[in-house]
Amino acid sequence: MIRTTPFHPRTSAANQTGLWSHWSGHLASEKYQVAEKFEYFAIRNSAGMFDSSPLYKYRIHGRDAERFLGGVLARDIRACRPGHAQYTTWCDDRGFVVEDGVILRHAADEFLLTAAEPNFAYFADLIGRHDVAIEEVSDDYATLAFQGPRSRTILEGLAPEVSALPYFALTPATISGIPVTISRTGFTGDLGFEVWVASGDALAVWDAVAEASQGHGVIPFGLQALEMARIEAGLLLLDVDFRSSRFAWTDEDRSTPTELGLGWMLRGIEADDRAFIGRRAIVREMTEKTSRWRMTGVVVDWHDYDRIYTNAGLIPPKDHTPVHEEFFLYDDDLKQVGYATSYAYSPILQRHIALARVRPNLAAPGTRVRLEIDVNHRYEYVAAHTARLPLYNPERKTA
Amino acid sequence: MTKKTTAPKAPKGRTSRTTATTSTSGTTRRRTTGDDQRYDAIVVGGGHNGLVNGAYLAKSGLRTLILERRHLVGGAAITEELHPGFWFTTFSYALSLLRPDIIHELELTRHGFMPLLMANTFAPMENGDYLLLSQDRGENLREIARHSKHDADAYDQYEHDVSQVCQLIKPLLDMVPPDLFSDDPAELLALAGLGRHFRRAQPRVVQNAIRLLTGSAADFLDDYFESDIVKGLFASASIIGTKVGPYSQGSGLVLLYHSIGEHDSVFGAWAFHKKGNGGFTQVLARAAQAFGAEIRLESPVASVITKGGRATGVALSDGTEYHADVVVSALDPRRTFLELVEPRDLPTDLVDHIRRFRFQGTSSKVNFALDGIPVFPALADRGVEPFRGFTNIGPSMEYLERAFDDAKYGWYSQHPYIDMAVQSTIDPDMAPPGKHVMSCFIQYTPYKLRERDWDAERQNLGDTVQRTLESFFPGFGNLVLHREVVTPLDIERVVGLSEGNIFAGEFLAPQMFFFRPAPGWSQYRTPIDGYYQCGSGTHPGGCVMGAPGKLAAGQILKDRAIRGR
Ligand SMILES: Cc1cc2nc3c(=O)[nH]c(=O)nc-3n(C[C@H](O)[C@H](O)[C@H](O)COP(=O)(O)OP(=O)(O)OC[C@H]3O[C@@H](n4cnc5c(N)ncnc54)[C@H](O)[C@@H]3O)c2cc1C
Repeated sequence: MIRTTPFHPRTSAANQTGLWSHWSGHLASEKYQVAEKFEYFAIRNSAGMFDSSPLYKYRIHGRDAERFLGGVLARDIRACRPGHAQYTTWCDDRGFVVEDGVILRHAADEFLLTAAEPNFAYFADLIGRHDVAIEEVSDDYATLAFQGPRSRTILEGLAPEVSALPYFALTPATISGIPVTISRTGFTGDLGFEVWVASGDALAVWDAVAEASQGHGVIPFGLQALEMARIEAGLLLLDVDFRSSRFAWTDEDRSTPTELGLGWMLRGIEADDRAFIGRRAIVREMTEKTSRWRMTGVVVDWHDYDRIYTNAGLIPPKDHTPVHEEFFLYDDDLKQVGYATSYAYSPILQRHIALARVRPNLAAPGTRVRLEIDVNHRYEYVAAHTARLPLYNPERKTA
Repeated sequence: MTKKTTAPKAPKGRTSRTTATTSTSGTTRRRTTGDDQRYDAIVVGGGHNGLVNGAYLAKSGLRTLILERRHLVGGAAITEELHPGFWFTTFSYALSLLRPDIIHELELTRHGFMPLLMANTFAPMENGDYLLLSQDRGENLREIARHSKHDADAYDQYEHDVSQVCQLIKPLLDMVPPDLFSDDPAELLALAGLGRHFRRAQPRVVQNAIRLLTGSAADFLDDYFESDIVKGLFASASIIGTKVGPYSQGSGLVLLYHSIGEHDSVFGAWAFHKKGNGGFTQVLARAAQAFGAEIRLESPVASVITKGGRATGVALSDGTEYHADVVVSALDPRRTFLELVEPRDLPTDLVDHIRRFRFQGTSSKVNFALDGIPVFPALADRGVEPFRGFTNIGPSMEYLERAFDDAKYGWYSQHPYIDMAVQSTIDPDMAPPGKHVMSCFIQYTPYKLRERDWDAERQNLGDTVQRTLESFFPGFGNLVLHREVVTPLDIERVVGLSEGNIFAGEFLAPQMFFFRPAPGWSQYRTPIDGYYQCGSGTHPGGCVMGAPGKLAAGQILKDRAIRGR
């Protein structure tokens, strides 16, 4: 039987479309209103509420927790001080990415790791002689993402702690007397927070946030609006933009952190002595420059796009619904030089955009490429250029 | 009068003030004038077209000055805090016709361009029923079928047919009209190209285009629909800003204009810009400044200075002079030709055409600050939802035509057409939480009243509108915290649009394309060398479209390139 999240009584009442996805065995609203773009604009112009409870959550604690995680995660966990969070990744010993996730450090020896897929056994099996315990607490907590330019002002009224909370920091707080953790994290690339609450208290917290949001244009948003936002924000989605090395059939389906644009996590690696899984391969990849791809944003040339459709007798579609198929990228000689994994029309950038990987020599922002689109049942090659991620990056996100 | 400037940024990459001049040898040399008053181009009027024009000129490297009479830019597209915390779109309130290439070429998304989707269209009826359209096609067909099964079927066909006409006509909005009266081979070629464009289209589409361009909206709509509410909703777009009723010939053209706008490629879709259309013109101003244009506020231009048939600058009403080889009027044709320059410096038939150019504004605005959302009894439990978009008080073509009848005889409609927009349901920045601003576009309110005048009738108009709203939304009056009534006279006085015509001259076939604003003068030039026009009185006309500003800039730059050769 498909499960529901602790917020379900509220999300199901708000879902006017009856459209649900199955996310990690839970019902998750695809969109609440027929106009999902309206939900998207709540994220960009007010604030939106998103139920991200289905994420897997692991409590990792004990004297050796930091040391243990330092040996597994590719990003230096020591840099994540208590009261902070990190977006991180873990790799196999060939330097290919297994998965990514956000880890919250509640205390020196107390972490909460989130992941899109089950990772309990993977981490548990690596504990060895470390004084560490790992528990799955996925069902214990509900997570309410509250994202958008107004999120801070509204949340402040409930939990003053958030007013000075830096980007990727977290704080204990109470909302309506209920203990919660609030982290300044999210998957929208905007100013925003996530509220972590014991499942039993979830509804009271949802209600308090909804109540405080009255009149601010805040609405719940579903997966489609989230997808729109995360593509603009250049945030990767497992099984869309990359595949777990554990379950890939070929190396073509595997990626290294550098190839996924996560090379920044490894900055200074040559100088430090962290021994984590995949380190040797990653260092070799860096020194020998063997990365096959570079992650990049792609921005479609508006003019060329309109020209192609208009010449074909069509109205150029500007559909914001994200597309998850692969779109091939070419150079001017129509030689394939990459592929896009997520593609959408961005209402705020007023352009079609994509998350893509290209051959490393083409990764410099502004490099001209051509994107294959099908127009009138034929392939056309629309002009586009590579661009630095994130494609949309408002100052307020980190300010 | 004190002069305020909107923190003009230093032109990019220039440390000393220089202007490009052309030496006799034809090469360009940079000359430091040290003269603050000397520019390459001066744009008179900081409405959206003036801003677009100035931005393009500055982008091309011209040292550009935009002079605006008021304390803020935007002209008819402004947003003002008229009641604490409540932001009013005093005049223009929705966005659709803005040419998409302007968004990209002027890099507007960098400066905060944000057209917010309207989720619904709501058409209340006098009998308490309603038509509520959403973003879901299937839901809409069911909703229309409640009123007429026939119309539910016809709806898709209508949308398809009109979209085809829009696709055919759209390129015309983005081109300089060819000169119908010139023997210049380039013009003849352009005319031939236009002919080819129409010849290539399907005959049915061309015929529909002609029907819309010349006929009445009622005739066109009657072909598709039978129910009053559906026809009333569509026909409402056929009268906006124009002194026609839905049964008048010519209303088809207005309908077409209001269908040809787009929101992310959906024809006929409208959006509210963040912080209203004034939010949009602020974006434009930032873009223009980023390209190096200078904007001076509270700088009313009294006249264009000419020397030997050439424009050489402008004089403000306080006597200050600014000099440039290019002067662009972003005002309406009456002001461009009859006020800023001496009519005696112009050919008499041009002056004659401009004197006969029809303005006759018939639209007003009544804007409200509200304590809460209005209540339509049949949808009382749906809260703000029905109001997330346009609310159309025009329940039938007959209702609209009767509203027009009053205007025919020199009075304002006693049961006016109202295009209502509670923008705060879309953009929370417009009003404090839980409160709302509501923009009401009103027709018909003829500029010239049979008796009395607008200064005397202003509040009576406000009361008439409020009474009408009360009949649809009982208890409406109790919600009103503040009311602003804007008559055609106010539009003329404040914005400068003659006779309060919202399009700077009516959308009538003889005033469009080749003929806007006068035969032979539809290419943004004037008989005075160096003096150009770029306001809504030029092709393709009014609405927040930006096309006149852009197309005029293209002509100016082309002329400079020719002269510089
Ligand atoms: C009430 C109303 C509602 C409307 N609603 C909509 C709508 O919802 N959507 C839409 O697309 N269109 C709408 N329109 C039409 C649209 O707003 C106008 O067609 C358009 O804004 C005109 O722009 P413009 O730049 O050509 O001229 P204007 O906006 O008229 O700009 C002219 C500028 O010149 C300035 N000026 C005048 N004289 C001088 C002088 N001597 N010296 C210096 N400066 C001077 C004025 O102050 C003004 O800023 C509406 C118009 C009105 C009046």
